[in-house]
Amino acid sequence: MSERLIFTYDIDGGDFTRAGEASSSVKNKLKMLGVNSEVIRRVAIAMYEGEINMVIHADGGRITVTVSDNDIVMVLADKGPGIPDIEKAMQEGYSTARPEVRSLGFGAGMGLPNMKRYTDEMQIDTVVGEGTVITMKVAF
Amino acid sequence: MKLQTIMNLPDCCVLSEGSPDREITRVFCCDLLSIAMSRAPSGSVWVTVMGNKNTVAVASLTDTACIVLAEGVSMDADSLEKASEEGIAVLSTELPVFDMALRIYQAGIA
Repeated sequence: MSERLIFTYDIDGGDFTRAGEASSSVKNKLKMLGVNSEVIRRVAIAMYEGEINMVIHADGGRITVTVSDNDIVMVLADKGPGIPDIEKAMQEGYSTARPEVRSLGFGAGMGLPNMKRYTDEMQIDTVVGEGTVITMKVAF
Repeated sequence: MKLQTIMNLPDCCVLSEGSPDREITRVFCCDLLSIAMSRAPSGSVWVTVMGNKNTVAVASLTDTACIVLAEGVSMDADSLEKASEEGIAVLSTELPVFDMALRIYQAGIA
């Protein structure tokens, strides 16, 4: 692979049951590209957590995945409420998810910590009332 | 142990076949999808009472071989179809999570 591949997904904020389709699609594409399975797993987990967050908190958004020779970069951009306290949001167990989301098995306050754990680099750019951009990189 | 061995267990009903020849690594129990997402081992049998579409998505992304729905929990047709597309087996049982996980373990995971 000598040139970069870019995949873009628009995430629908309304449909919780469809959350994960973009991550599944990326997972399958990486599999076809012959990417190492542990790398695929890390990308899939980090992206799915981000995708779920966008559906739960931000009414959707856009995910851009760039596959290069040595790394995969995911950019998750939304026009949601923003994250007022990143330090708090990064703590395992801290969650602002609604009860109906929790009843589906989410909202345990693991999303952002998982995203950090499974990627090599993660950057959060957020403005309250305007939105959030999360950039994650998995190197290989 | 192959997945087929678990599919043959007497207390299980097979809802989606998945890949019966797949080698099983571990048995894993968890109902919180956020935790399953980060902890479910690749190639595992996952015993849970959470039977929604997101369960299938988590299984797919973590490369889980088989979902076992305990306590008589069922799964809707759409989700089963999704599991089938992803090659993930789905079984159901009336047994509680621990009892089912123990039987899977005793069937040959050591």
